[in-house]
Amino acid sequence: MPERDVEERLEMWRQLNRRFSEFVPFNKALGIKVVRLEQGEAWLRLPYADHLVGNPENGVMHGGAISSLMDAAGGSAAFMSLDDATPVATLDLRIDYLKPATPGCDVVGHASCYKLTRNVAFVRGLAFHEDEADPIASVAATFMIGTPLHRRDAPTGEEEQP
Amino acid sequence: MSGMHERVQAMRESGDPARLASAIPYAKFVGIGVRLEEERIVGVMPFADHIVGNPALPALHGGTLGSLLESTAIFTVLWDVQSESLPKTINITIDYLRSARPVDTFAQAVITKLGRRVVNVRAVAWQQSRDKPVAVATANFLLKSEF
Repeated sequence: MPERDVEERLEMWRQLNRRFSEFVPFNKALGIKVVRLEQGEAWLRLPYADHLVGNPENGVMHGGAISSLMDAAGGSAAFMSLDDATPVATLDLRIDYLKPATPGCDVVGHASCYKLTRNVAFVRGLAFHEDEADPIASVAATFMIGTPLHRRDAPTGEEEQP
Repeated sequence: MSGMHERVQAMRESGDPARLASAIPYAKFVGIGVRLEEERIVGVMPFADHIVGNPALPALHGGTLGSLLESTAIFTVLWDVQSESLPKTINITIDYLRSARPVDTFAQAVITKLGRRVVNVRAVAWQQSRDKPVAVATANFLLKSEF
């Protein structure tokens, strides 16, 4: 592919992804912002806020807020690895909490899609404050590619499955 | 605000685990509550517009299901084990089984192994029917001491 096409394609992806991230109600409620998007990679920021606290004794952010950030970052990385604008859905996500987040500090989630197959995007990532070499959490996740855009609500008794 | 230790003691004495959930800002923000059913903890996440992840389907955000599963596991450990500080999550693995609809979601957790320092917990989340779980999780928690 000529380099100009690659850059054009990336730019289209960035715009789609930004629009999509801003459109997602829970990402919006958390205050998640897209920081940077590259081929198969995404950086998202979760600003510290009092309502994200999990332990009121020390002000440390709830694990659920960090896993939500990493789910969003992972989905963005998977999307940024695709050739066309196909929706993705989380199949599984494992998160290791390496150390408590520092109260008052924003958290950045960086995720990369390191392998893409026809059906599945394999993603790993880290959550950190300033220095990625000093991470708060580590994530491994898989995303299904090409999930339905609209719910098949006909009462067939069948549920959509990954 | 009183300490978690006092809150956990108050929860035990009152027999009402909802008091603990309301003390956790993030649980309040997502709308996660907790109640007792046949002496067992049930996590409850009523549908709300802000927990949607995909407005086109619509489907709940995976992060909210993870949060419900993790919170329910923590409340179950606090309720079942004589632990008076908040258990620390070491890790959690969440499997998403179905896209979660814009309705109320429930979760329950079971302690699979209680060690001296670590407790292993399994949790399941469902919506209209318990037979059709929307997500399941396995998690390890540190009961006390430092990381």
